[in-house]
Amino acid sequence: MSEISRRKLITGGLAVAAGASGLAVAARLARRGGLIPPDAGVRYGAGETLTYAAHRVLGQHAMAREFPRSAISTNPFANEVDPLGDEFKRLQAVNFVDWRLTVDGMAARPRSFSVAEIKSFPTNSHITMIGCEEGWTYIAEWTGVPLSYILDRVGALPQVRYVVYRSIQPDWWESIDMADALHPQTLVAHRMNGGELPVPFGGPLRLRVPRQLGYKSVKYITHLTLTDNLKSFGKGTGGANSDGGYAWYAGI
Amino acid sequence: MNASVPITERDAGRASASAELAVTATKPRLRHSAAVRVTHWLTTVAFLALLLTGGEIVLSHPRFYWGETGNVNMRPWLNLHLPSSRDTVPTGYGYVLPDQNGWSRYLHFEAAWLAVGTGLFYLLYGLFSGHFRRNLLPASSDLSLKALAASSVKHLRFARPGPDEAWSYNVLQRLTYLAVIFVLFPLMIWTGLAMSFGFDAAFPLGVRLLGGHQTARSLHFLVTILLVVFLLVHVVMIFVAGFRDRMRAMIAGRMEPVGTAASPALSPAEGAVRRAMLDSSATPAED
Repeated sequence: MSEISRRKLITGGLAVAAGASGLAVAARLARRGGLIPPDAGVRYGAGETLTYAAHRVLGQHAMAREFPRSAISTNPFANEVDPLGDEFKRLQAVNFVDWRLTVDGMAARPRSFSVAEIKSFPTNSHITMIGCEEGWTYIAEWTGVPLSYILDRVGALPQVRYVVYRSIQPDWWESIDMADALHPQTLVAHRMNGGELPVPFGGPLRLRVPRQLGYKSVKYITHLTLTDNLKSFGKGTGGANSDGGYAWYAGI
Repeated sequence: MNASVPITERDAGRASASAELAVTATKPRLRHSAAVRVTHWLTTVAFLALLLTGGEIVLSHPRFYWGETGNVNMRPWLNLHLPSSRDTVPTGYGYVLPDQNGWSRYLHFEAAWLAVGTGLFYLLYGLFSGHFRRNLLPASSDLSLKALAASSVKHLRFARPGPDEAWSYNVLQRLTYLAVIFVLFPLMIWTGLAMSFGFDAAFPLGVRLLGGHQTARSLHFLVTILLVVFLLVHVVMIFVAGFRDRMRAMIAGRMEPVGTAASPALSPAEGAVRRAMLDSSATPAED
């Protein structure tokens, strides 16, 4: 009896030790491999970390599902936004000719682009679904410049790990990792369903991230910052949504 | 448990069985293995967390659609007519509930990981320990219409199960547990994953086979209802069968052994069954 329990104790102890050191090694590898999201330390961040790591390991390069033209929603829903401020209205009044998209941070040639310039760049289109964390969805055709093209133009440095993007609306910003930033379907969108991108859907410029929920597709973007660390932005969790209690990674 | 020991053998073993009865009376026997008990309660914790947070998430859009797309501009097949935590949803109520989706979504997915991890461990354990074969697979003789009808009638009468049933699941129990473990839980995980845009990108067939994103969401909700019905019946049956005994068995793993002072006097038939159980207790069939 005591022989068995001693053996159990030893094997149990060894199993626990092996498990603990295995976890420590896994954590180190995950950190090095960029599998730890910036909000890993918040309450319930463990689940978020598992989800983000699993998605990055299993589907880093996966393409969002594209639909036939017939699937485009005839009745898309433009989610409400905070009231648009005076600056937006001033820019809107002259058809956004003065709207600028500024790119700074870890770039060899940081600069800003006018909407006309953005529209002159090569475009990509996809008919994809956008979904809200609330549960509703619609399908639309999105057209815009791949974000990777903009990053090329400004000479993004190799150590960039995140792209932070800001809306013209105060304190509204988000960030994505390079897996999404360099993804061919991630667009600085300026057209929707063959027409100008309507203001309620984010016009003149919206960052469209089709592999994540709608709150990562920030409307009215004016500013991109390339960085290797999100700690100095807001509360350090990587976005206005995650600073407000929502998960930073919204691929689920 | 095997109650089909030949009469003669039972009679022959009567004296020694009574002696053994006295010994076992002081040493309660194992009803559920540690693996079953731990996975049962981990699943309970995960399920309750998923149910609570899932309910909160539904409140932000308490409408359901079929196909790929659905939003407030479209007709739902099911409108729960509940107040919502979003003012964009036309509910007919004059107020908006507080938004709980942030922590609800975090906890929902963390609890889902716990449920899936526990489920995988349980699956491997069940396959390799013989738990599924021994405790959940019904005997083919129990699957006759007559046997099923008899068991159903017994349940419908809320008949308190006999002491012999305390050591083994009856046929309806087995079929129900099999359906929950091998149909409802996998469907829950599948429809849940299908709503994830990252999963959708990596495994689009997983969404297409279900019939679309909104269909997955509707099925996720419908299977939740089935699981809640299961939970309610499960808990009611625990009370019918004897709350203390069943809880003790699922927490400590042990039950009052039969024939102790705590149990009522045995009828001859019950005595035979119990002796048969004691006879077969040499083989470790406890789970």
